[in-house]
Amino acid sequence: MSDALLRTPFPERAGAALKDTFLQEALTIATTKFIDLRKEAFAGFPPGEALRDRARAIKEATLQHLDVHLERLADSVERLGGIVHWAATAEEAREIVLRLARDRGVRMAVKSKSMATEEIDLNEALEHAGITPVETDLGEYIIQLAHEKPSHIIAPAIHKTKGQVAELFSRELHGAFAADPEVLTAVARKALREKFLQADMGITGANFAVADTGTVVLVTNEGNGRMVTSLPRIHVALMGIEKVIPSMSDLVVFLAILARSATGQKLSSYTTLVRGPRRAGELEGPEEFHLILLDNGRARQIASTLREALYCLRCGACLNVCPVYRQIGGHAYGYTYPGPIGILLTAMLKGNGSVRELAHASSLCGACKDVCPVRIDIPRMLVELREHLDREKIAPWSERMVFRAFRRLLLSPAAFRLSARAGRWLQRPFVRAGRLRGLPLLFGNWTRTRDLPPVAARTFRERWKELG
Amino acid sequence: MAPVRAALMITCLGDVFFPEVGVAMVRLLRGLGVDVEFPEGQTCCGMPLFNSGYHHDAAQVAARTVKVFERTEHVVVPSGSCAWMVKTEYPGLLKHDPLLRAAAESLARRTRELSQFLVEVLGVTRIDSPFEGKVTYHDSCHLLRGLGESAAPRGLLRGVPGVDLVELPGADQCCGFGGSFSVRLPEVSSAILDKKLANVEATGARCLVACDAGCLMQMGGGLTRRGSAVKAVHLAQVLSGEVPS
Repeated sequence: MSDALLRTPFPERAGAALKDTFLQEALTIATTKFIDLRKEAFAGFPPGEALRDRARAIKEATLQHLDVHLERLADSVERLGGIVHWAATAEEAREIVLRLARDRGVRMAVKSKSMATEEIDLNEALEHAGITPVETDLGEYIIQLAHEKPSHIIAPAIHKTKGQVAELFSRELHGAFAADPEVLTAVARKALREKFLQADMGITGANFAVADTGTVVLVTNEGNGRMVTSLPRIHVALMGIEKVIPSMSDLVVFLAILARSATGQKLSSYTTLVRGPRRAGELEGPEEFHLILLDNGRARQIASTLREALYCLRCGACLNVCPVYRQIGGHAYGYTYPGPIGILLTAMLKGNGSVRELAHASSLCGACKDVCPVRIDIPRMLVELREHLDREKIAPWSERMVFRAFRRLLLSPAAFRLSARAGRWLQRPFVRAGRLRGLPLLFGNWTRTRDLPPVAARTFRERWKELG
Repeated sequence: MAPVRAALMITCLGDVFFPEVGVAMVRLLRGLGVDVEFPEGQTCCGMPLFNSGYHHDAAQVAARTVKVFERTEHVVVPSGSCAWMVKTEYPGLLKHDPLLRAAAESLARRTRELSQFLVEVLGVTRIDSPFEGKVTYHDSCHLLRGLGESAAPRGLLRGVPGVDLVELPGADQCCGFGGSFSVRLPEVSSAILDKKLANVEATGARCLVACDAGCLMQMGGGLTRRGSAVKAVHLAQVLSGEVPS
């Protein structure tokens, strides 16, 4: 994400999002739809809950021996004639793609939707090297035309209304297009058809990679993933190392819950299973297949408090239900991965210093944990992340002192009683019709939009004696 | 049969801002034959410290609270979040001291949020309360998702002859309070609240009922600020018939 955006403090970014009426309309419609669809999908699927437990157990067990599973995956892919690359950092991953592209004279690359490529800012790197990246997922295509970043893990253009998309297409693709999703999809399809045929390289992510068989699995809805993996002469798949799963029978478990969690579908429209490059006698498929295994800070988290974030399937369900995400959308978070899981992933990939404010962008309501297909305890991890911010002295000094003073108050009933009495005296100028308004300092953050009850004339403690 | 003995954990917000809820609770429980105690050494469960990441500090408060409530058979709490804190987080916070940990586990077993106490321990189904009118119920996050409770408060409200309970659309969605979240990101917190209150007002209810002082402070503060006719009240106030007019 651009540094200019990040120079604005998070509360201001969030405040701007709240005032964006297009964003508010688009977000409410889309997240409500996703929530309802997911609910229906699981209501009509009794094995769903047990499969979620199973999926979590597979992730836990796989991470215990991640190195073994990755080696096996690499062996399997190489047996199939694919080439495996290991990238320790985002920079290394970019270099690998650029080197492949340069060595093979690639001038245009078509892409299917991939958060991993967003994470390493691949498009910017390709453009810089004179290679044209073309996003072929409709949502990604929209935001590429608009020079924006995805604001949702599975619905990158969720922040745009159809009217805004019609305007954008009319301007960028030189036409006069109606704000009708069918019309707009047809426009994009026509424009993208040519690109598929021109491109020399197809770039994808991976929802899963099966160690036993070397299968890279793509879960998509538009069919563009198939074109990207079969038409260009080179296919490059980029995946975070945590995406490996041991076997095809594990894959079945994940496929049963992934689309249900993401879009409420039983299965996505397309589940593409890629096994290496085209083999002798086959009529289609790429001549070369490359798999890039991206660490970028993941491996060092295996034993950390953020470990569970490595279970994430990138379904986006936690974003849809998060009251904060639903109000501010994805861009305000400021990094590749938004929403509650995004805060954890940002801490993982960019370090705790980057989430000093974001760590508090949650009311800890727990809705995310409830819908997570692998039951990641996001609220607990956020609280643990906050603990690290205190311990590493990343939290502001003043805040840390305030909470320390608060602790001393709570450890002494006498001090607690005294502070209630002090409050009663200090609040007097601000009482209006039995409510507190217009309070100064931090209290003003409350009273700008809400009344506060005054400290009671007599606290419960004081009234208890008469109740006896 | 000996009466049930229960200690009231009033909570910091309950003590200082909502004493009438505590009074309603005492009358309600006594009316049901409970011998109510109030250990005066109590202050706060320490959840604000815990949620903001000050776990070492929260553990000190937890250790103190565990001792204050060491000897009572039952502990009743008017807030789902504080009950959740005691039941779910105390044993972990005090895990380094085997004695304290055991005491925390004992307290966790003995502690219940009010609606759960009424239903699980006392087996209450019908409530003799003079309250009359249309109400709606907001599920506070920690009672609903933390303690898995949505049936007890609704069942109790339906057990009052004069109560007409209408479901709140999006009842399970957060009100935007979230402790310090409400002042760290006040605009976001208020925007979440606005959605909640629009749903509340659309129900046509006279009272918005909840089982958590935090949610009541947030939703009540929003309701009076917008001059709404709807009152935010605690379950105990409806059940005891002590809803302020």
